[in-house]
Amino acid sequence: MFGFILRRLALVVPTFVGITLLAFSLIHLIPGDPVQVMAGERRLDPAFHAEVLHRLGLDRPLWEQYGSYLWKSLHLDLGESFVTHEAVWSEFLKLFPATVELSVCALFLAVVVGLLAGVIAAIKRGSVLDHGVMGLSLTGFSMPIFWWGLLLIMFCSVYMREWAPAWALPVSGRLALEFDIAPRTGFMLIDAWLSGEEGVFRSALSHLVLPSIVLGTIPLAVIARMTRSSMLEVLREDYVRTAKAKGLSPARVVFVHALRNALVPVITVIGLQVGTLLAGAVLTETIFSWPGIGKWLIDAISRRDYPVVQGGILIIATLVIVVNLLVDLMYGLVNPRIRHAK
Amino acid sequence: MSAVLPTDTAAGATPPSSLADFWRSFSTNKGAVAGLFVFVFVIACALLADVIAPHDAIEQYRDALLTPPMWAEGGSSKFILGTDDIGRDVLSRLLFGARLSLMIGFVAVLLSMLPGMALGLTATFFPRIGVAILRLMDVMLALPSLLLAIAVVAVLGPGLLNTMLAIAIVAVPSYVRLVRASSMSELTKDYVIASRLAGAGTFRLMFNTVLPNCMAPVIVTATLGFSDAILTAAALGFLGLGAQPPTPEWGTMLASARDYIERANWVVTFPGLAILITVLAINLMGDGLRDALDPRMKKLS
Repeated sequence: MFGFILRRLALVVPTFVGITLLAFSLIHLIPGDPVQVMAGERRLDPAFHAEVLHRLGLDRPLWEQYGSYLWKSLHLDLGESFVTHEAVWSEFLKLFPATVELSVCALFLAVVVGLLAGVIAAIKRGSVLDHGVMGLSLTGFSMPIFWWGLLLIMFCSVYMREWAPAWALPVSGRLALEFDIAPRTGFMLIDAWLSGEEGVFRSALSHLVLPSIVLGTIPLAVIARMTRSSMLEVLREDYVRTAKAKGLSPARVVFVHALRNALVPVITVIGLQVGTLLAGAVLTETIFSWPGIGKWLIDAISRRDYPVVQGGILIIATLVIVVNLLVDLMYGLVNPRIRHAK
Repeated sequence: MSAVLPTDTAAGATPPSSLADFWRSFSTNKGAVAGLFVFVFVIACALLADVIAPHDAIEQYRDALLTPPMWAEGGSSKFILGTDDIGRDVLSRLLFGARLSLMIGFVAVLLSMLPGMALGLTATFFPRIGVAILRLMDVMLALPSLLLAIAVVAVLGPGLLNTMLAIAIVAVPSYVRLVRASSMSELTKDYVIASRLAGAGTFRLMFNTVLPNCMAPVIVTATLGFSDAILTAAALGFLGLGAQPPTPEWGTMLASARDYIERANWVVTFPGLAILITVLAINLMGDGLRDALDPRMKKLS
């Protein structure tokens, strides 16, 4: 097991170096240099230009710049935003909980509904229900989620306001404007609950509904498909027949005996959804004005705020690497065959 | 190229041709056939856009802003699916948009598949370079594809060409890994060794001997890559990083649609429906292709 962990960790190092190279070259590949970008349309005094370049260390040889960039990144010094002049890392820390909260809710929805739908489809193989689940999940898989978000806004907010105003869902931000609660954890649901103020929790929850559905759709479809095929395989096994023959109730056979073994590949797929979630967060947060890191990145690109773009991409890539590493390690723990494979 | 695995032949004297065999296998999947029909329809729309589109894609009818579709109240038969906020015919824009989306998919798949196959084969036949190639692909796979595409566009600048390039770059690793994995398993087979003993050069071995037998999974991946390219391009367009207005790209058409959600649902509905139907059709087709071309992959996914 120790050797497996070491081997797997050794793979992470070149990947991380590659990511830093990518993020580093980002700022050097843009047309013009960062000082010109900061100056925008204004004319730049050449002497001042050279001085700022020197101050930012941009006149040193590239390898030296990369070395210092790598050193600083490892110390979480990712520079400061051109626009707000705040450190990129502290901006990230402020916005990250919002993305985590949204992603966790979306994944929760996807796992619960996806597992259930997959299991039902597998048990009722070939039935209308099975075809329905598979059809829907293929549709979800093919869904342009930004359009799905717009449709939901149209039906659950715009039209609902006419049909049943009490059920209309909010479509922007994390909390109704009339509430103002102190951020303690950064997770709005927890903060709202801690505040104890009436209606705040309800408001926070209702703001989460539509974005979670939108963000959870693709993972849900993937999990449902995977659960179904994995379940179908397990249900054919001898030990399932034995369990049935022993006279166990069908529910017990399915949920206790079969599902546990069917879950192994499903867990991997769930782990792999983290990338999908972070990418989906960019779109979902843009549609619902959700103040997380996805919207932060897109805003930074449109403002040409390169330190934020550079830092954001580095952080998100690192997150994905770390999560994939954890999933692999967990998988090795569950499945000895992986651990001992070369 | 015989990508089809031999199946039980009928009682007849001559075995069915591989194409007929493929079609028999493919046509048992009704969803796949339906997908194929829809896909052919979309291609027809794209090719015939000049002929069948009632209006020009960027012509603005200033006296008919936000006209509803013809069946709705206030609609006119002049604009079958209505007009957008600056009076452009939605149907015509969708038809020309089909042309763009298919082109994006086609170019992106070609630009990722060809280098991907070459790199994958190189990694198999030249193990020393191979390690470097595979590490590089790992780095690229670490970022979710949409984010990597966003990063690439952030460097190259927004636009249709850069969108295609970004999507192609992002998709390269999957082909590299696929071709490497399947060519590695071919490498030790008798026919390859025989060919090598017969004096075939490395390039002949790579492209003539081994590659054709790795094509089945590549074709399946290319199909799914096609639909993925359309989705990613639309997402980039929606974010304002893809094709720029007034280009009638489906995602770009949705970028400003949020403002009209309360007044003009057709501006929101139709472009998204076009994306969904096209992508769904290609994915259905891909499922059928996978089952027909490569029964081994049936179990996966």
